[in-house]
Amino acid sequence: MAEFEPERYELREPPAYQFDPGRREFLFIAGSGLLICLAAGDAEAQTGRGTRLQIADDGVVTVFTGKVEVGQGSRTQIAMAAAEELGVPLEKIRVVMADTSLVPNDGITAGSRTTPSTVPAVRKAAAAARNRDVTDARDWRVLGKAQHHVQGRAIVTGAHEFPSDIRRPGMLYGCVLRAPAYGSTLIEADLAPAKKLADVVAVRDGAFVGCAAPTSFAARKAVEAIAASARWKTEAHPSSRQLFDHLKRTAITEGGRPPRIQTKGSVDQVLAQSGKRVKAAYQVSYIQHAPMEPRAAVAEWDGGSLTVWTGTQNPFGVRDQLAQAFQLGNDRVRVIVPDSGGGFGGKHTGEVAIEAARLAKQAAKPVSLRWTRAEEFMWAYFRPAGLFEVEAALEGSLITAWDFTNYNAGAAAIESPYKTAATRTRFLYCNSPLREGSYRGIAATANTFARECFIDELAQAASADPLEFRLANLENPRLRDVLTAAAKKFRWNERKEKGIGLACGTEKGSYVAACARVEIENGAPRVREFCMAYECGGILNPSNLKAQVEGSIIQGLGGALTEEIQFEGGRLLNGSFAKYRMPRLRDVPPLGIVLLDRRDLPPAGAGETPIIAVAPAIANAVFHATGKRPRSMPVRLG
Amino acid sequence: MKLRVNGKEQTVREQPGRSLLETLREDLGIMGVKYGCGEGQCRACTVLLDGKPVTSCVTPVKAAAGREITTIEGLARDGELHPVQQAFLDEGAMQCGYCVPGMILTAAALLKRVRRPTDAQIISALNGNLCRCCGYPRILAAVRRAAGDHTGGIDG
Repeated sequence: MAEFEPERYELREPPAYQFDPGRREFLFIAGSGLLICLAAGDAEAQTGRGTRLQIADDGVVTVFTGKVEVGQGSRTQIAMAAAEELGVPLEKIRVVMADTSLVPNDGITAGSRTTPSTVPAVRKAAAAARNRDVTDARDWRVLGKAQHHVQGRAIVTGAHEFPSDIRRPGMLYGCVLRAPAYGSTLIEADLAPAKKLADVVAVRDGAFVGCAAPTSFAARKAVEAIAASARWKTEAHPSSRQLFDHLKRTAITEGGRPPRIQTKGSVDQVLAQSGKRVKAAYQVSYIQHAPMEPRAAVAEWDGGSLTVWTGTQNPFGVRDQLAQAFQLGNDRVRVIVPDSGGGFGGKHTGEVAIEAARLAKQAAKPVSLRWTRAEEFMWAYFRPAGLFEVEAALEGSLITAWDFTNYNAGAAAIESPYKTAATRTRFLYCNSPLREGSYRGIAATANTFARECFIDELAQAASADPLEFRLANLENPRLRDVLTAAAKKFRWNERKEKGIGLACGTEKGSYVAACARVEIENGAPRVREFCMAYECGGILNPSNLKAQVEGSIIQGLGGALTEEIQFEGGRLLNGSFAKYRMPRLRDVPPLGIVLLDRRDLPPAGAGETPIIAVAPAIANAVFHATGKRPRSMPVRLG
Repeated sequence: MKLRVNGKEQTVREQPGRSLLETLREDLGIMGVKYGCGEGQCRACTVLLDGKPVTSCVTPVKAAAGREITTIEGLARDGELHPVQQAFLDEGAMQCGYCVPGMILTAAALLKRVRRPTDAQIISALNGNLCRCCGYPRILAAVRRAAGDHTGGIDG
């Protein structure tokens, strides 16, 4: 199984607040800041509590994990893992997640690592508690059986408390003054108009300006009163129309962040000698995670100790960010992550936690801060945009040279799974106009899009069927299996109609293939049918796996067809749900899903990889329908 | 001012321009009603006003005075789930679950209006409710199930 390659974007840009430790309100904590120099690399070593399991006298088992639940099904899966190995009913298992004072540090919830890392750790601990080895997959009684969300009842009754639902005695609501544009810096802000309002607390600390009040309505009014006279310095900022020129122009070919290049054989030589060369370029736009619950936090100080309830995928990382921002030892900071309203790789940083804590410090009361949708669009981070230049040589139906250059989109899954004598893959860092970060399937989606669209172009150049061409050039049996399974489900070989396409790929130890049928309706592609075959080793929870595959397909429709961040003058042009078009119920085509259960193989995570095959299958289907190659994601016609 | 929520008379702060959403959450602690966008585009904040779904984030609190407000907390009767809640549970129609209260209330209002809705009617009623986890197939299956149709979701 492929080892996890950390995404370069995973934690690239932490929140940027520089609070002034000389200010009076910080004095009483001076001297306690001994651990503030915690290097990012030490975070893994700074464990929380070591306890993994507690078995009470009444038989109730508590499992402790640093992983979070953001809808990907980790809570249920971890409960199942413990129930399996302890031989107790699922109802007897309670899972305490992501409370840094109570749980082991299982790292950030990212990279589809809960299944291959945390689930085995829980199984091992549970088996050890029974003095036995972990159960062989052939003997599973709980794992491998469909299990719906263990918190289902709380969710359907509205009783489940998301981070934005946490309430504390005496709690105020916060609002933060935002810059009008990217690159703006605050020159002047007068807090007096806000302080005149009843029950309002206003604070400026460096670049941070915010208010807290007994209602979020009043807090907003107070910030509006400050904003009315605030003065900003603005800077030029590239627009999304110039984005791909900008990326190419700013590509870093040497110096601080040298490109990552992998070569095998002599690509230039094979290309030069080849009778058939094919070349194309592809573009991938920025998109936003847009989880239904925006970033939210409730912060509460008790003397020099801080507790923050917040929606993040990185509880221990946010704890360390808070410790650093307030110059506290990280043993004085407790971060608790209630099961949150969506993540998709978008909640790796702690800015809302820091902001809530700064306001709570000023107010000397707990403060709840929830970003607005507009803030979430503009000030969260984006999936990186990218530009691809690809060239290949063909001999008959075989690829003899493969030259693949990726500007900015990220390196994960950049290697082509197709056999080729000579290859060169390059990933170049660029200057990104927007703040970038992780995303569900992040770089694998972009790399797979460019590669699988280009493979289709090669098949066309070789006058071969896209399925046959792929099978002729693929050796990996697991990838061949999903491709064959998806094609069978879709009846690829019997299809006569226009508008069909397929794609496949592998990432994070999972294998995926997809077939799509599209029609062009009022000048826009509509997906009429979609099939996917997916294999991630042994299936731990078929119900959740199916949900993740369905969710990935449908979320992937957005990135494939409609989602794209547009910006100009440092402002977003479509930073709202009214303008940023995400998939809705009506967009869902009939789905055909095949899950290959390989109990002979260790389970791999599946929250991300299904999404990588969606856009290229659709783009290839659009070509089949129109005769024109879409070379951008989202797909543009004409 | 007074609001009638889930059958109970309640007193709330009156601030002109304040939304029903913020009033329910902050004055009354009714947290099942969710903020999603603040512009009536995602319907996470759906409540029923006299049985009809409205987006409470763009409904001024004054507009709800004197009317019966139903939130997700008021849907179950004596601990027994509403059929739509039960169907969401049975179909596992939730991932993160944040959109679920709005989905259930919208579907409950539809089923009150149309006992056996067609798929087109279900899709039309729920198309305005965003689910970013994109759990739509099971949401559709759950509404079908609540309407007595057990054929499931959008599966081939």
